[in-house]
Amino acid sequence: MSKYPVKNREIMQGSIAVAETIGALEPGVIGVYPITPQTHIVEHLARLVANGAINSRYINADSEFSAASILYGAASAGVRSYSASSSQGLLLMTEVIFNMAGTRLPGVFSAVNRSLSPPINIQVDHQDTMTLRDSGLIQIYVENIQEAVDTHVQIYRIAEDREVLLPAMVCMDGWIISHAYEPVTLWQEDAVKEFAGSYDPPFKVDPRKPLTYGALTDDDKITEFKYMVDSALCRTENKIVQAAELFREEFGNFHGDVVEKYYTDDAKIIIVAMGSVVGTIKEAVDRMRAGGKKVGLLKIRSFRPFPAAAVRELLSGAEMAIVVDRSFSASAGGILGSEIKANLYHQNGPVLFNYIAGIGGRELYPHSIMEIVQESETAFSKDCVPDGAVFFNLNEELL
Amino acid sequence: MKEIRIHGRGGQGSVVTAELLAIAAFKDGKYSQAFPYLGGGGERRGAPVQAFCRIDQEPIRLKCQITEPNNLIIQDAGLIELVDLFKGLKPGSPVLINSPDSPERLGFNDSEFMVYTFPATEVALEVFQKPLVNTAMIGAFAVLSGDLNLEALSRAIEQKFPGVTGRNNIKAMKKAAALARERFGVMKA
Repeated sequence: MSKYPVKNREIMQGSIAVAETIGALEPGVIGVYPITPQTHIVEHLARLVANGAINSRYINADSEFSAASILYGAASAGVRSYSASSSQGLLLMTEVIFNMAGTRLPGVFSAVNRSLSPPINIQVDHQDTMTLRDSGLIQIYVENIQEAVDTHVQIYRIAEDREVLLPAMVCMDGWIISHAYEPVTLWQEDAVKEFAGSYDPPFKVDPRKPLTYGALTDDDKITEFKYMVDSALCRTENKIVQAAELFREEFGNFHGDVVEKYYTDDAKIIIVAMGSVVGTIKEAVDRMRAGGKKVGLLKIRSFRPFPAAAVRELLSGAEMAIVVDRSFSASAGGILGSEIKANLYHQNGPVLFNYIAGIGGRELYPHSIMEIVQESETAFSKDCVPDGAVFFNLNEELL
Repeated sequence: MKEIRIHGRGGQGSVVTAELLAIAAFKDGKYSQAFPYLGGGGERRGAPVQAFCRIDQEPIRLKCQITEPNNLIIQDAGLIELVDLFKGLKPGSPVLINSPDSPERLGFNDSEFMVYTFPATEVALEVFQKPLVNTAMIGAFAVLSGDLNLEALSRAIEQKFPGVTGRNNIKAMKKAAALARERFGVMKA
């Protein structure tokens, strides 16, 4: 009946669904080091390799730094590669990720978002991945298990494009996506492989034809190298849009391109957010709409490249924009909030509210979102908009 | 939407209970979602844990814990003193507690909730010779709740635990369901 290449529709854990999808893509090299809550992904891939279901080279590294370095090596040899990590593990990969972006090597990472220590906490926020934002890494944040699966199908095609050649990360919230069970459609291996295409880089390391990656570059050329990373990431925006559209045609699912709009057209108030909380916000928007409030939601799917034009266009008609941030740059406000604000400068756009919320797994319910909207509306009507970001539901007694 | 909250201790299979209920609901043609809360040291055996399951006719978008459950499963009566188990529970909602004692004996004389107790540990000990209580609790809960399909639950258990483990768990569930029918009567058509 369906023209789409459905393999099966099952209810399964997010991590297993993602591992099955990576298995279908069969990267040549998988370099891993375990950390909660990412562990189920690499455990399942280990099972697939051990059972002979896939033909990847699975390498247990001695740290996340080594795991990422294994991807660097594989990508420089022209081999498709994969890893997954969380929290401190991602920080330990950071040095390598800057190197991959700078030398234009497109390894793919799943980031299962988790708070950074200290204090030690295994629950979700976005501080880990957002801290990698300046590296040149492509970052797409997903809302649910199906979007996690579909984005992994799309990501290699984007990252390995000759006009891109950058590392890429699919960011999925810890537990509520990685360890949750939801109905999910998995796709046929051949269709997934065909969609991803093949990794065919312009250069490969080869003992018969030696070349150097990451050679010393002085001030006469280095700005140009950095500029080219910036340009490549800017070019990626179109590739993400094209991949999302092509995926919709061939697989039937669409989760947004660089952004997803939800009731933004006539909205006076637009909430901006990323990741799993978007699902809860959609529910809150429906409830507020039922009460006659003109509220909408702008989901940021691609945080890097930053969808500046879409943000400006979609927020321009609103009176208020409320950014719900699950990370912050100490003393400088929410990270998403700051970037949205920067892009609205000189735009005569909405008044901006920035809430830092949902840190280290602190729950955000529909009523939390409605409370945030109510609080913002009150401040707006009294003309007492906070100067900076507000930490939502701060327990003053603990300070 | 049916919102089930499960309280137990690390190692009692509370997370698996939520998953099995969600898998069974999916096999029964519904939308469902299950996830754990592992804050508060929930990765450790014996620590209080919570797991959540939502079942609906429509796709489920909510990505937050269940604060106003309409069903409660309590795998360990020892938690009654430790955890605010009934927080947010809607009045009149069924509560299933694993205990050989009567609700009255546990202090639920005129509760605003429908509190039921069930000796799941005893059933589990008969089947497994170990206190693996969760599938026995599922059997009793299915009878109590009336809208969960035992066949779908059996298929969910088979899928998650192939072979002899699954067969024993199905046995525990069915044994518990039979006992629950005797104790609670047939709850719904």
